[in-house]
Amino acid sequence: MAQQTINAGALKPRAQSPQARFVRRILANLPAALGAVVILLMVFIALFAPFLAPYAYDAQNLNAVEQPPSRAHWFGTDALGRDMFSRILWGARSAVFVILMVTVVDLLLGVPLGAIAGYFGGWADTIIMRTADILFAFPGLLFVFFIAATIKPGIINWAKTIGLGDFARTGYLDYAVVIIALGVIGWAGLARLIRAQVLTVKEREFVIGAHAIGVPTWRVIVRHILPNAFAPIIVAMSMGLGDIALSEGYLSFLGIGLQPPAPSWGNIIAENAGRYWRQFPQMIWLVFIPGLVLAAIVFAFNFFGDGLNEALNPEIVD
Amino acid sequence: MGAFVIRRLVWLPVLLFFISVITFALGLYGPGDPVQVLLGVHANPETVERLRREYGFDQPFYVQYLNYVANALQGNFGYSLVKYRDQPVGKLIADALPVTIQLNLVAIFLGLGIGVPLGLLAGLQRDTWIDLLVRGLVVAGISLPIIFLNPVLTFLFSRRHDFVLAAAQMKFSVGPFLPMVAGHWDGLFSAKIILPAFIESLGIIALMTRQMRAGMIEVLSEDYIRTARAKGLRERVVVVRHAMRNALIPIATILGLMLGGLVAGSFLVENWFGVPGVGALAYDALFSRDYYITMALVLLIAIAYVLSNLLVDLTYGLLDPRIRKA
Repeated sequence: MAQQTINAGALKPRAQSPQARFVRRILANLPAALGAVVILLMVFIALFAPFLAPYAYDAQNLNAVEQPPSRAHWFGTDALGRDMFSRILWGARSAVFVILMVTVVDLLLGVPLGAIAGYFGGWADTIIMRTADILFAFPGLLFVFFIAATIKPGIINWAKTIGLGDFARTGYLDYAVVIIALGVIGWAGLARLIRAQVLTVKEREFVIGAHAIGVPTWRVIVRHILPNAFAPIIVAMSMGLGDIALSEGYLSFLGIGLQPPAPSWGNIIAENAGRYWRQFPQMIWLVFIPGLVLAAIVFAFNFFGDGLNEALNPEIVD
Repeated sequence: MGAFVIRRLVWLPVLLFFISVITFALGLYGPGDPVQVLLGVHANPETVERLRREYGFDQPFYVQYLNYVANALQGNFGYSLVKYRDQPVGKLIADALPVTIQLNLVAIFLGLGIGVPLGLLAGLQRDTWIDLLVRGLVVAGISLPIIFLNPVLTFLFSRRHDFVLAAAQMKFSVGPFLPMVAGHWDGLFSAKIILPAFIESLGIIALMTRQMRAGMIEVLSEDYIRTARAKGLRERVVVVRHAMRNALIPIATILGLMLGGLVAGSFLVENWFGVPGVGALAYDALFSRDYYITMALVLLIAIAYVLSNLLVDLTYGLLDPRIRKA
């Protein structure tokens, strides 16, 4: 079926615009389309969590603790009588914020460093890529935890010295710790990818042509090389987003990331698995639902990434 | 080839130097002053000062670093400060390492045993419902969070489930099917290993399946496959002797890279199931600020990774002439 449609398209004399072809291919891929829907839903929930959630994420109701799912509390309540549905909706906001910020950090570090390494080569390439090698050598999650645990007191002290002591107590700085710890590691993979792309693109005729007519080097990199190097990078990043969501969940689960009452799916699982799991196996929903939500998001990113890969990768067509 | 090997070998000590400096700095400037950990928060300041001098914590960074490296090279990685008070870190790791290696071996074995056939099947049946199903499973393998699988699988398999049939006035219970490790490791062939090894193998299964599928699809479009078919070989011979063998080469590379990972225990899995391995040790050490243990473990895992990478690169260069020129 799919084969036939593609062949028919190839025979048509009128070429489709790349954008239209891209959208058509994503929509034709059911898992990818579903992934996109889940991602959009999560972003929507993250944006409008205060209006969607029936309760505040930290509102305790000690008259209604440990309740099973009901009409008043769709996902039940935890040991402090907090509405799980609300906490999970608010958790989307934490997840989206962390994913966005880590991506921004990765891009800000990875794109320029990778482009410099690939374009100029020489000692700049050596220094940047060897640094990436060193980062890769460290054991993933353990290293992130190590960094998070190390920088946390520093960040809190720094916040106090610049007069943000109260702010440090609110837990917002936990976000900074998570974002920095994941960002410090994450740029290296991106930089490698960009470097490899730049290396192939910079030998192409249009780049040589741009040089020949006297376009300044930085402009060649920004306007001519990077846009042509981006397709594989978008794919890799979209797959990486799921990993960021997972890492944030794991960090928060272990108590190094976002601390309760700040809502994070990871710390919701930790609170309920740690306290109840062994004694009260009947209250599985307290762990099952946030776990399932986290799984769904990671699924969505991976399916979407797969779809992007197929839609953007011209080699798959033939 | 010679230049390639020499370049890699020259880079190795440099890499190890940077890894050890970073690890040492993170340990030293990380949370928890070891002396404070040792003496508690209410310690006499004079005692703290004396102990700091005794341990050499008043020395400049590079002196401490050189001392640490000198000791480490002689096999002395310091002593546990908290949970395993005064036990040498080297011994703690030596005790935990075999457990983690066994667990990882079972996980890799599962990964190969399930992943390679699945990938083979999907690659041969490309774009059929089988292929779609396998690709869905691959995404599931890399998407399901460990912190979700741990409690859910434990609940399903390691708990007793009581059922009440009101109509028949009957009560019966099922399970537990699989025991937890809970600190007592019984070796490779105990049922305790199944759940943690399965959870750890999911990522490996996904990786192997994906690689095998892609490898088969690529190899099947090669000219020599067409030739093999053209000269009338049976399809089974073409697939097994010509295609599969070549598709397995990248799998060998992945396995080589995993050698380094053998010494790294999964934090989340080992801690949840009570596996007394490297991951659980690292978890304990990080959270009780037993920083000599954390440093030694990070160092060990990083070095194992670097060495296995080197090994793979070297054998790669031997196997594939194209790499040698690069």
